[in-house]
Amino acid sequence: MRQSRAIDVSTGLFVLLGLVAIVFLVTQISNREFSLTDTSFRLKAQFENIGGLKVGAPVKMAGVTIGRVEQIGYDMQLLKAIVTLRIDRKYDEIPNDSDASIFTAGLLGGQYIGISPGGSEDYFKDGDQVEFVQDAIVLENLISKYMFSQAAKDTSGEPEASSKAPETKE
Amino acid sequence: MSLARDLLAGARDFLARAGALSRFFGRLLLLVPGGLLRPRLIVDQVYNAGALSLAIIMTSGLFVGMVMGLQGHDLLSRIGSEESLGTGAALTLLKELGPVVTALLFAGRAGTALASEIGLMRATDQLSAMEIMAVDPMRRVVLPRFLGGVISMPLLTGIFVAISIYGVQLIGVQYFGIDQGQFWSEMRSTVEIEDVREGLIKGFVFGVACSLIAVFEGYNAEPTAEGVGRATTRTVVVSAVATLVLDYIVTAILL
Repeated sequence: MRQSRAIDVSTGLFVLLGLVAIVFLVTQISNREFSLTDTSFRLKAQFENIGGLKVGAPVKMAGVTIGRVEQIGYDMQLLKAIVTLRIDRKYDEIPNDSDASIFTAGLLGGQYIGISPGGSEDYFKDGDQVEFVQDAIVLENLISKYMFSQAAKDTSGEPEASSKAPETKE
Repeated sequence: MSLARDLLAGARDFLARAGALSRFFGRLLLLVPGGLLRPRLIVDQVYNAGALSLAIIMTSGLFVGMVMGLQGHDLLSRIGSEESLGTGAALTLLKELGPVVTALLFAGRAGTALASEIGLMRATDQLSAMEIMAVDPMRRVVLPRFLGGVISMPLLTGIFVAISIYGVQLIGVQYFGIDQGQFWSEMRSTVEIEDVREGLIKGFVFGVACSLIAVFEGYNAEPTAEGVGRATTRTVVVSAVATLVLDYIVTAILL
């Protein structure tokens, strides 16, 4: 009987350890955050282009993570991406003219939303919309913009050269 | 000509074993509902398969994690993103390395114990004695051992992965000085709950496979000292191959 109890104890310990390990993996390693009471509020922001932003990406203010991207949807009427941000209730005094921009962390890092505070006396409330936004910078757009501006320079430069050429001939 | 005949005989043999294993599995599954009514027997086997494997799993996990820390840091420092060490290591461990290494260790530690125990019962006619006393050895001996293994494997996988992530952290943060916050936050922002689920599903599948093979080989061992030895060896070999093949199949399904 005593031996069987020792087995029970160590079996229980093993099962407990296993469950603790799994809970640790679920809550600490993955980006699922469990909380019994929802201590956060939500903001919405419309973007023309969100680039590689993903659900779960951090929302940062001055580099400090204050929340996460909860949902990304597309509005067929506005033809814009609607991003829902979940902000921790601790940071409930964000001026309501603050702007949200999509940045990239490092060269290989994921994208996140940076909020830079505005000067308003009023604060964001649950469900508010962020008015001032800046889209993700898409590398291809930048390159094509650069290329087109070069091409425009070239075409505007050529007539000058051709108009100059006859001058020298004369 | 005789080579072809040998090959053919080998293939037939393989098919026969696979068929016998499947039938054995089916018989075992039918007994599961009844077997769950006797948790006492299962607890004892969770102790045998799980609790006694804890030391080897934890030690191996720690060292696998530490090696991943060293190798991962070396690799990532070449492309200049050491902070991704946590992410890379956690994903590798959760999705692949954790379940597979745990299954291989489990086959070596618990599978061999199961196979030789049941095989020895067969060799010493204990199983026949049970049958004479109208006790079904499948129900009394095989089923609890199988269920004990199936329950233990996902738990062992979880423990292995948790310990090895600690090992990675030990090397990455304490030894190489990667920023602790960056290490954890990048890991947390990249690893999805689905990755954890994938690891646990794999642990469960491997647990079923390894336990099944162990009890099957033991139950069908030749009732001689040599036969028990062969059954034990085959348990390890077949479990290892089955684990790696199943790993491919499960990954292909889940990805």
